[in-house]
Amino acid sequence: MGYKKKKSTRFLMITVSTLFVGLMLFLPLVMVIINSLKKGFEFYLQAVSTKTVISALKVTLLATVITVIVNTVFGIFASILLTRFSFKGKQLLQTLIDIPFSVSPVIAGLAFIMMFGRMGWAAPFVDAVNNAFGWDIKIVFAVPGVVLATIFVTFPFVSREVIPVLNAAGSDEEDAAALMGAGMFTIFRRITFPHMKWALLYGMVLCTARALGEFGAVNALSKTRGETFTLPLEIDALYLSGSADSITAAFAVSSILVLFTVVLLVIRCVLENRSKKAQEEQKRR
Amino acid sequence: MYLEMRNINKSFGSFRASEDVNFSVEKGELAALLGPSGSGKTTILRMIAGLERADSGDILIDGKRVNDIPASMRGIGFVFQNYALFRYMTVYDNIAFGLTVKKAPADAVKNRVHELLRLTELEGLEKRFPNELSGGQRQRVAFARALAPEPGLLLLDEPFAALDAKVRKDLRQWLRDMIHRVGITSIFVTHDQDEAVEVADSIIVTNKGRVEQVGRAYKIYKEPETAFVSQFIGEPVIVEDFGKLNGYEKGDFDRAIIRPEFVEAFKSDNAHFKDIITYSQKGVIKDIVFKGSALELRLNVNGVEVVTHRSLERRPVEVGEEMNVIIYRLFAVKDNTTELMQNSYLLKDDPTGEKLEKYLYSDGGYFAG
Amino acid sequence: MKGFKLTFGVTVFMFSLLVFIPLASILVYSFSLSPAEFWEIISADNVRNSFITSIVCSLFAALINCFFGVILAWTLVRYEFKFKLLLDGLIELPFALPTAVAGITLSKMYSNTGFPGKWLSKAGIDVAYTHLGIIVALVFVGIPFVVRAVQPVLEKLDKQYEEAAYVLGAGKLTAFKRVILPEIMPAMLTGFGLAFARGIGEYGSVIYISGNSAKEKTQVVSYVIMQKLNYMDYAGATAVALLMLVISFLILLFVNIVQIRQSRHTNEL
Repeated sequence: MGYKKKKSTRFLMITVSTLFVGLMLFLPLVMVIINSLKKGFEFYLQAVSTKTVISALKVTLLATVITVIVNTVFGIFASILLTRFSFKGKQLLQTLIDIPFSVSPVIAGLAFIMMFGRMGWAAPFVDAVNNAFGWDIKIVFAVPGVVLATIFVTFPFVSREVIPVLNAAGSDEEDAAALMGAGMFTIFRRITFPHMKWALLYGMVLCTARALGEFGAVNALSKTRGETFTLPLEIDALYLSGSADSITAAFAVSSILVLFTVVLLVIRCVLENRSKKAQEEQKRR
Repeated sequence: MYLEMRNINKSFGSFRASEDVNFSVEKGELAALLGPSGSGKTTILRMIAGLERADSGDILIDGKRVNDIPASMRGIGFVFQNYALFRYMTVYDNIAFGLTVKKAPADAVKNRVHELLRLTELEGLEKRFPNELSGGQRQRVAFARALAPEPGLLLLDEPFAALDAKVRKDLRQWLRDMIHRVGITSIFVTHDQDEAVEVADSIIVTNKGRVEQVGRAYKIYKEPETAFVSQFIGEPVIVEDFGKLNGYEKGDFDRAIIRPEFVEAFKSDNAHFKDIITYSQKGVIKDIVFKGSALELRLNVNGVEVVTHRSLERRPVEVGEEMNVIIYRLFAVKDNTTELMQNSYLLKDDPTGEKLEKYLYSDGGYFAG
Repeated sequence: MKGFKLTFGVTVFMFSLLVFIPLASILVYSFSLSPAEFWEIISADNVRNSFITSIVCSLFAALINCFFGVILAWTLVRYEFKFKLLLDGLIELPFALPTAVAGITLSKMYSNTGFPGKWLSKAGIDVAYTHLGIIVALVFVGIPFVVRAVQPVLEKLDKQYEEAAYVLGAGKLTAFKRVILPEIMPAMLTGFGLAFARGIGEYGSVIYISGNSAKEKTQVVSYVIMQKLNYMDYAGATAVALLMLVISFLILLFVNIVQIRQSRHTNEL
């Protein structure tokens, strides 16, 4: 290791890293904005306020909110189960929970079609329920399907973030509280929850980001523009119609999602620092 | 001189890790860098190895200035505090590393590794991975790995810190014997004075980035040159108001260091001390701690707390009992200077200390039995 | 500790309802196909080609990501410089940016009217609507997997290992190859596996830039499944999906084995 050589390695590494991130990651972000404003600001405002875009925004937000709630509830229960108890099949369950992470989103869409679609085995149940109560609930090619697909794709996001933190915290404090006579709920509220707080928020942010942008799974399950389309589907439709105007409109709609993404990334950065600090304090104590 | 450090300075930002460090180590010597944590001893070791660069000053090894030679070219053996054994290599590959990176011929590597395995009594473990070894075995692997390229100088950073108490004791002796057998000039860092005294030929005491004193262990113990050394070595008790003790005037001094062996406490009917009982003063036992081989007494003497040891063979004492106390000597401290002060009452009677010696080493005396 | 029944019940119930049963529906349906039918679907030219395209492109992309991912992780852990926080934050972008947005943007950028596509096509390199385009999109999607797998390992890696290598006479390159690389290899393989798996299943960011031509063999597996779904060819879709699931599982298994092997040398006995 030469003293001078060290400096040049540093320069090379920083340059390569900056170029890679700049060209591969930052440039696309800039390009979205540039392309969205190609036809002027007025066109931009028009493009993002059409009826189909507003409807898509509503569906997207609805699906995202439900997804984050469901996955947060699951994340809390699953992370406690997998870090505080040992039971047969724990390893298997842990692996299974991560499946949505490594499965193509298109397969997620397909799964719900095979379950609730015309030939799906659960379709008769849905029909029976609808007949019994006089409802008309559709799942596939309707908003519930969109929600289900979004939940599926982002299912392990919260638990993945919380599990390592709970593992690191250990269960000594909970055992101590139990010995002092604290009940299950008190232990959770006073001890377990404060430990997982930051990681939980962090996971929720991740989950939100992915839910907002989910495309492949939803694409299989949503076919009606202006009713069941989410923003990514609207972008797809605009882009594929191929005219210069509609492509610019697609980028304009994309810029809404880019804005969400950037805000979420900033929140994520802040939360990561917080949770790191919290963990360091944990270690010091 | 094999290693010489001349006027070394080193700062990390505003923190001065080394300030005008000067010392030298002779060829074949085993030296200890002793100091409290944060005293800059590890920084000194890392500068010698080339892992840290001195801001100014000269580091000479075998007469050659090595400041600008990178760590990989200095030819120094280094044993890290946690050994830093390569986890994905076997014991054999760990020891061979320093030879293979220099493209040594295969049989030379093999011979040298086996020689070291024999020397460190690790034969049969060469296919193991570091996490399959005990703490003591890991230390020996680290030692063998550092020695493999036949360095001229061996540096060890807290070599015993990662071991539990029992193994530590055994390995001290082992390491001392081994280094002397190999005959390599060595420096090790420690914060434990027992370790330094037991293992090292000479000791370099550091504090706050400075070298306080260099010398043989005995000399450092008997003749501390600075206030810091007198307070760091032995079992010092710091006394502010030492003028309240019979035979001492505080004068300009800030305080005194009184080691347990400087204090005599005896019962008033002890015939052995009858000649000097007039020089003594009353002290009440505040606490007694059983230290295994002796008792440690804490006494309140005229409002001053002093500590002494008492042989288990002497008559029993109890808390609250009044004893006669004489302080033979103490280290008086002013700023960073220290001075040995004898009890003036005793000195008056006994200017050469002849009588005192007699008491101390006679049958009932402090150092008896 | 109390609460096992509650947490176990809720976890397993939610997982079964929302993930397991829907997935099992694919399995159940595909079992109704005879092996011959299954084989016929799988061995069709466009299906076979799409698997080759997806696997080969993902493999290349994951390899590229390993290379740049390690450099990025190294830079972010070892050096302090301006805009480091921004760089670190941008790594997450592919996780958070909607895939469709990434897809149309990359497609636009690398078409012969965009930047840098215009310059590249002048230089005779066509990216959009070729395999190269697919690889570019998959590099974009996969880079955070490698960086985020390697980064914490490098952060935790004690500098003493490197220093030990230097003191023993190793140069910077040797120290990296023989001491640091083995330490980060398991994490790198984990990141590789995740990026690879994601690449094989990727849909949104790939389909715009890939051109989706059967003749040019630029269809990816996800596109083929979607195409079959649009034609209401459910049998075909499930058969292709099943094979894809099997591949995903194998990769997941590989990642798990790597993690177990890693703990063999790093766990205290």
